[in-house]
Amino acid sequence: MQDNLKEMTEDVLPANPDRSATHTMNAPHGDVHPAHYVGPHSGRRKFLGWFLGAGTLSVAGVLSIPLIRYALDPLTRTTTQTDWTDLGPESDFTETSIPQKRTISITQMDGWRKVISEKPVYVVKKADGKLTVMTSVCPHLGCSVKWVDGDNHFKCPCHNGIFTPTGTLVSGPPPRNMDELESRIVDGHIQVRYQSFRQLVTAKEVLA
Amino acid sequence: MRHELQNTRFMRWLDQRTGIWHMTHEALDEPIPGGARWAYVFGSGLLYILLSQIVTGVFLAMYYVASADHAHTTVEYITKQVTAGSFIRSLHMYGSSAMVVTLLVHLGQTYFFGSYKGRREILWMSGLILFSLVIGMAFTGYLLPWDQKAYFATAVGTNIAGEVPLIGDWLKALMRGGTEMGTLTLSRFFVAHVFLIPGTIFLFVGTHIYLFRKAGSAGPINEDPITPKQKPEQFYPKQVLMDFVFATILIGTLGLLSYLSPVELGPKANPSDTQFLPRPEWYYLPIFQWLKYWAGAWAVIGIVVIPGVVAALLVALPFMDRKLERRPWKRPVASFSFAIVLCGLIFLGWQSGHEDSTDPAVAKQLVKQTEETETFMNTKFQPEMMGSPLLIAAPLSPEAAKGKKVFVDNSCDGCHGDNGQGTENGPKLIGVSLKFDHDEMVKVLHNPTKKMRDGNMDPVDISDEDMNLLISYLNSLK
Repeated sequence: MQDNLKEMTEDVLPANPDRSATHTMNAPHGDVHPAHYVGPHSGRRKFLGWFLGAGTLSVAGVLSIPLIRYALDPLTRTTTQTDWTDLGPESDFTETSIPQKRTISITQMDGWRKVISEKPVYVVKKADGKLTVMTSVCPHLGCSVKWVDGDNHFKCPCHNGIFTPTGTLVSGPPPRNMDELESRIVDGHIQVRYQSFRQLVTAKEVLA
Repeated sequence: MRHELQNTRFMRWLDQRTGIWHMTHEALDEPIPGGARWAYVFGSGLLYILLSQIVTGVFLAMYYVASADHAHTTVEYITKQVTAGSFIRSLHMYGSSAMVVTLLVHLGQTYFFGSYKGRREILWMSGLILFSLVIGMAFTGYLLPWDQKAYFATAVGTNIAGEVPLIGDWLKALMRGGTEMGTLTLSRFFVAHVFLIPGTIFLFVGTHIYLFRKAGSAGPINEDPITPKQKPEQFYPKQVLMDFVFATILIGTLGLLSYLSPVELGPKANPSDTQFLPRPEWYYLPIFQWLKYWAGAWAVIGIVVIPGVVAALLVALPFMDRKLERRPWKRPVASFSFAIVLCGLIFLGWQSGHEDSTDPAVAKQLVKQTEETETFMNTKFQPEMMGSPLLIAAPLSPEAAKGKKVFVDNSCDGCHGDNGQGTENGPKLIGVSLKFDHDEMVKVLHNPTKKMRDGNMDPVDISDEDMNLLISYLNSLK
């Protein structure tokens, strides 16, 4: 086996020490006269070889900079516009203890397209009377959680995750509570900033 | 250097399997009668430009969409938004000009130096085919940005094809993908520009280089093209170095030009614009001007017959001109006809510009077009607005609008998506009314099938009134 390997890697053909010289002599036309043949070991030939190699590499290197930046362009962009969306006057939500569903339009940049999509959110009054806004996206697998009036809880229709009216996990497969969105009150109106979060993890994690 | 490398164990191993040293030797030790010269750099210069066109073209395709709806937006996106996008697009466009110029020099030189002589007929003809393919690349690429000048220049270009006797109308419809210019024209030009013509170019570049190596370098104009007598010099290193320097200057010039004066994009093609004056790329101007002189019944002569005769003469050249004499001053007929054609083309190009600048109405319209382009280039990029179709489409009937609320309130959208367009968790409901009539729909919503229940679809438990609203909404999803 070892011998075979050795045979395969060593030159097993009849020795032909200078094939290039043979071929030069057999060149299809115009043999190179020995006097004009610049030997492979000549310093000039060697230097030019390095010069050409380095030159080609540096030209290619310089030209590849814009190409790389061009190809990486989408990685430098944020796709979601994190504008504040108005949900209406505070009083719409403070007068009831039932979570209120609202549909907001959010805009996402998708390359040269601007995609408008509708996202449902819940506005919830907490025990201290403060308003909070939650996404309806279930932290389990991303189904839309629905409010069940009679049972006074949120229920995810896909895998029966149950949450309290303020979004705390009661039972079922979801790994965490419903996700709260950033919200603020401006001139008596509640505003929300929509975001998406990673599913199936215990800690809330924003997706770009 | 090569011998040291050649003797390493790895290189011996590689050479036994690939013959790489033999190939390198074939490529680099080609003898050039009379030695290396700057005059010989144009052929390999073309190869470098081709390489640059391929690379920049592939990168442009990364953001481009070939459809009349999106082509202009995507090119605008490349030009105004993408990092280095304007630079790469400019490099590609200036590269196309450089290609045509270098090709004309290469062709003119081969003609003028008589380098097509001496068993080089097929080599010469493969070069002519490459020439027409490059012209085809310039023509098809011009339409792709789908701006005003692209659209109207191609409308004129395809009309010219319509002048061909007998098959003209058919040929024009074939190029356009119909009788009118439209999105099918763009698709066809795109396919020709990125698949068909490049594939053919690769084939003929390979053939051309192989035939060139087979025939050998013809050497200077006083050399015998069949059995050269002058002292030969190997291609490597001196000629390689000259080719490299020329290619670097070429690419450097194109890069500098693209950086300092990036090419512009005009406003989106507006087929109903009757004022627009199309002007082709500068290298097409002589032909553009030439066509003006051939109106009506004579058009066939100017557009088909004369160019056809010129092309046939070019193809036949190495067969007609069998003498091995290459010095231009000893070939008066060839040299004079070359000079006449060259002067004629320059005159036509000049005449075209002259006519445009002396006709006040034309000059005014051209200035207006330039201004429109400037204005467009200075406006911020406008992305295409995409919404779920129903967000944009006709408003819903009152019942359907209430039904939509029922749809959302019951989280149907959670799985079936905004406006019932479907998500990974649930199928789309658009067109569902074609599958179930009203009663079947009520039944299936109250008692979902096993397949539906397996997909986590719960029975819909709502009042009859809400159910009717929901169904009228579902029926509106088309």
